[in-house]
Amino acid sequence: MTEQRKIKIIVAKPGLDGHDRGAKLLARIFAEAGMEVVYTGLRQTPEMIVETALQEDADVVGLSSLSGVHMYFFPRVVQLLKEKGLDDVLVVGGGIIPSEDVPELKKAGVAEIFGPGTPTAKIVEFIKQNVRRRD
Amino acid sequence: MGQDYAEQVLAGSPRAAARLISWLEDEDERAVKEMERLYAHTGRAYIVGITGSPGAGKSTLTDKLTFALRREGFTVGIIAVDPSSPFTGGAVLGDRVRMSRLSTDPGVFIRSMATRGFLGGLAKATGEVVKVLDAFGKDVIIIETVGVGQDEVDIIRLADTTCLVLVPGLGDTIQSMKAGVMEIADIFVINKADRPGADQLYAEVTTRVEQDAHIRERPWTPPVVKTVAVEDQGIDNLVDAIRSHRRFLEESGALEEKRRRRAREETLQMIHGELFRRIRDRLKADGELDALVEAIAEKRESPYRAVQGVLARWLKE
Repeated sequence: MTEQRKIKIIVAKPGLDGHDRGAKLLARIFAEAGMEVVYTGLRQTPEMIVETALQEDADVVGLSSLSGVHMYFFPRVVQLLKEKGLDDVLVVGGGIIPSEDVPELKKAGVAEIFGPGTPTAKIVEFIKQNVRRRD
Repeated sequence: MGQDYAEQVLAGSPRAAARLISWLEDEDERAVKEMERLYAHTGRAYIVGITGSPGAGKSTLTDKLTFALRREGFTVGIIAVDPSSPFTGGAVLGDRVRMSRLSTDPGVFIRSMATRGFLGGLAKATGEVVKVLDAFGKDVIIIETVGVGQDEVDIIRLADTTCLVLVPGLGDTIQSMKAGVMEIADIFVINKADRPGADQLYAEVTTRVEQDAHIRERPWTPPVVKTVAVEDQGIDNLVDAIRSHRRFLEESGALEEKRRRRAREETLQMIHGELFRRIRDRLKADGELDALVEAIAEKRESPYRAVQGVLARWLKE
C-alpha cells in the first residue's frame, strides 16, 4: 500500500426538514480532518442513504436530524445496512435528539449520538477510534 | 464477503464493485489480480466525459442525461470527481446532491472520487474505475471531471465523447479563442441557456467551431447544444449529439483508433508506474535513497548523475 486508507464518510439528512447548515458544517469539519466526505443533501430516504454507502464503500454514515424523525430513520438505516451486509459500517447521529431517546437508538445499533454543542474534535476523535479496520 | 471481487463483479455484485474500486483508489496490490480477471470483459461500455468550469452544471446535466439514457433502456455508471484539499487531504464530494433520485435505481451505479493530488481534472484511478464499471455491465459510463479551468484535459484520454459544458457570463470572445480546454470538445454544451448572454456565447462558440473548420479540415464538427439542465431542457438534443458522435466514431474507425491509443498510453503508464514503484521501494529499503539525498543536498553528487547511476545499475539486473 502506498497510501494510508482514508476514512470515507457519508453525511446525510434523512427526512423532510430543510435545515442543512449543521450537516454542511460537519461535512467541512470531517474534510478538514482528512476524511473523504460524501455529502448527499436533503430529504434522503434510508434506502437512498444505504445505497449510497454501498456504492461509495463508506466506512461511516453520519445522520443528522432536526425534525424528530430520528426514532424511525436512524434504526431503519442501521437495519438496511445489515440487510445489505454492510454491518461493519459505523453509524453516528446528531441534531436535535432528546436524551431519553439515546439509549434506544444505541440499542438499535447507532454507535453514538452527538447533540448540539458537542465539540467537533470529539466527534472526529470518536470516528477515528471506532471506524472499521480495513482488510 | 470473499475477496474474489472480480468474480463477484461479473456476477453483478455492486458491493464487490465498490470494494474493488476502493482497492484501486488505495493502490492496493491485490487489485491487480482482480483487474487482470476483469480485463477481458471491458471495452463494451460507451464512455462519455462531462467537463467544464465549477458551477457550470455538470452534476445536474449528468443527472438529467442519466435519466434520459435510462428511459432508453441503457444502464449507466457515473464517476464523479471532486478535488481533494492540498492541505488536509480531505475532500467534500458533493456531486451526488444533484443525483439523489438516481441512488436507488439498480441500473445506475454512482461513485464519487477525490483527486488525491492528481492533476488534470481526474483522479489517478479513474481509468481503472471505468474498467470496473464496464466489466460490471454498465452500457454507458459518464465521467464528470472536477471543475476545470483552461488546461485540465485528461478526460479526452478516457472518454469516447467529451462534452464541454459552458455557461454565459464567464468571459469574452478571447476566452473562446484560447487553446486547452476549448479544443477538447466533441460536443459543446451551453448550459443555463435561459440566462442573459447565452445567445452571445452560442454565437461565439459557433464562430470558433467555424474557424476551426477553416483553419484545418476536421472529420468531425462539434455541435453546439443549448440546455437548461435544471429544467430538463435540451437534454434530448444532447443525447442525439452524443449518439451522432458515437456513430461517427464507429463508422470512421476513429473509435477503434481512440481505444488503441488509450491502450498504448495505458500500457506505457503502467510500465512507468510499476518500474517507478519497484525502484523506489528498493532504494528505500536499503537506505540508498537517504544516502543519495544526503549527497545531493551536500552537493557531493548531482541529481542528474545519481539518476543515471541508479538506472544503469537497475537495467543491468
